[in-house]
Amino acid sequence: MDNMRELYQQVILDHNKNPRNFGKIESADGFAHGNNPLCGDSIDVYLRIENGIVEEVKFEGTGCAICTSSASMMTEALTGKSEADAEALFASFHHALTDVTEADDVPLGKLSVLMGVKDYPVRVKCATLAWHTFEAALKRVQGEISTE
Amino acid sequence: MSEKSSTYDVEAVRSRFPIFERVVHGKSLCYLDSGASAQQPDVVIEAVSRLHRDQYANVHRGVHTLSMESTDLYDGAREKVRAYLNAASLKEIIFTRGATESVNLVAQSFARNRLQAGDEILITHMEHHSNIVPWQLVCEQTGAVLKVVPINDRGELEMEAFHALLNERTRLVAMVHISNALGTVNPIAEVIEAAHKQDIPVLVDGAQGAPHTPVDVQALDVDFYVFSGHKLYGPTGIGVLYGKESLLEAMPPYQGGGDMILSVRFEQTEYNALPYRFEAGTPNISGAVGLGCAIDFVNEVGVEAIAAHEAALLAYATEQLSAIEGVRLVGTAENRAGLVSFVVEGVHPHDIGTLLDGEGIAIRAGHHCAQPVMERFGVPATARASFGMYSTFDEVDRLVVAIQKVIGMFS
Repeated sequence: MDNMRELYQQVILDHNKNPRNFGKIESADGFAHGNNPLCGDSIDVYLRIENGIVEEVKFEGTGCAICTSSASMMTEALTGKSEADAEALFASFHHALTDVTEADDVPLGKLSVLMGVKDYPVRVKCATLAWHTFEAALKRVQGEISTE
Repeated sequence: MSEKSSTYDVEAVRSRFPIFERVVHGKSLCYLDSGASAQQPDVVIEAVSRLHRDQYANVHRGVHTLSMESTDLYDGAREKVRAYLNAASLKEIIFTRGATESVNLVAQSFARNRLQAGDEILITHMEHHSNIVPWQLVCEQTGAVLKVVPINDRGELEMEAFHALLNERTRLVAMVHISNALGTVNPIAEVIEAAHKQDIPVLVDGAQGAPHTPVDVQALDVDFYVFSGHKLYGPTGIGVLYGKESLLEAMPPYQGGGDMILSVRFEQTEYNALPYRFEAGTPNISGAVGLGCAIDFVNEVGVEAIAAHEAALLAYATEQLSAIEGVRLVGTAENRAGLVSFVVEGVHPHDIGTLLDGEGIAIRAGHHCAQPVMERFGVPATARASFGMYSTFDEVDRLVVAIQKVIGMFS
């Protein structure tokens, strides 16, 4: 199982066990529900936005360790960012995980521990689900976003 | 290690499956996903290859040597299926793409014409999606209503509820033989007898039944029995619909095309006799030949011997997995076969699946195309280890050690 340490790094296991910013935001400015029909991962993302700044991000739901830790790390990475910066980070993260043709040229900081997922194409959607849901919440689209 | 079945030489059986030479992530393959698809023995792989190298042409109506040889092999495979199910006649064996297509065929050709608004189709809470959705479609088309027999906390049918749900509006019972998500073996003989007392026909989904237990359609008096070739050590894309001749005879064709006709004129087309009426177009010749060969192989090993071996494995796996703290079995029916479904506290089944793959162990993680079952047990997904004739006690041991490692990693 040691050959899986690149994917299941300690940071990921830690965020899975103790997810940060887990819960609801009452009267959130943005909310979306994301769901991966293939594996049943299900994530709700709540946003509080003031003057164009993402002041607070919370999530709830069930998912695998990759999904949960990605959501948890996302909430930390996005808090305090302007809407534009948050969207840019979503784009960079998504690009880094899904575009295998380019070298990692985007600095992702703490999020880079999730890059091990690239070697497991069937699990990439686990890592991106919360982010897609965040993007939908940001656009204040009410309703369900599917990864399909 | 518990006692091994004394007469069953699993290593000899296993040596006939070339896939086990495969190394995954540096480890010898531990294949515990036969419930999704079984591996193929050398004779099946060779028979399909030989067909394409030496014997292949289109079947039926050909006057040349290869066409006649292919036709003999194709029709010979049908006889092997007939004998395997102990059907009364070759006319009762329809080749399809798989169990799913077989259910859809019955839904559209049999049920649709007989159903009126308010009629009922009775299924169970443990069905695979392929024995739910075809009935939902036909209900939408006809206004019929789907009724569902509940299951208890062990994953067994609530038989009292079943008997209460059978009524004068019930037009068909469709039920799984062995649950792919729970391993439950349903009392299909009792179900068929009860339904027949009210003249209600019964379809049994035997996708997990045919590979794991002897099936005698005449003794069961079942009206329709369906299964897939690839779960019975044969190729994908081939499956079987068994139907009683009297029922099939009265059913309109499912699809139109070549082979299913006797004569075609623009004014009037005369349909072919059974079983060809339900096999429009060039059939899956190599699939049927491979399936026939797989059945020969199963018979050679002996389906009862396979069932006994798998039962010993299942008992061992159940005991070993139950002993691990944090593991909960999903599906603990008294009568189970072929597989064990479980969840591990604090670890999502998909993480288990990926981590076990790193050990060369193939299991399935997910809802197993049985979302109502997952909902019933309050889990989004389970991990499932399923067995075949080649599965070993050593593989169960590897599974158990790996699960313990996963738990250690996540704690």
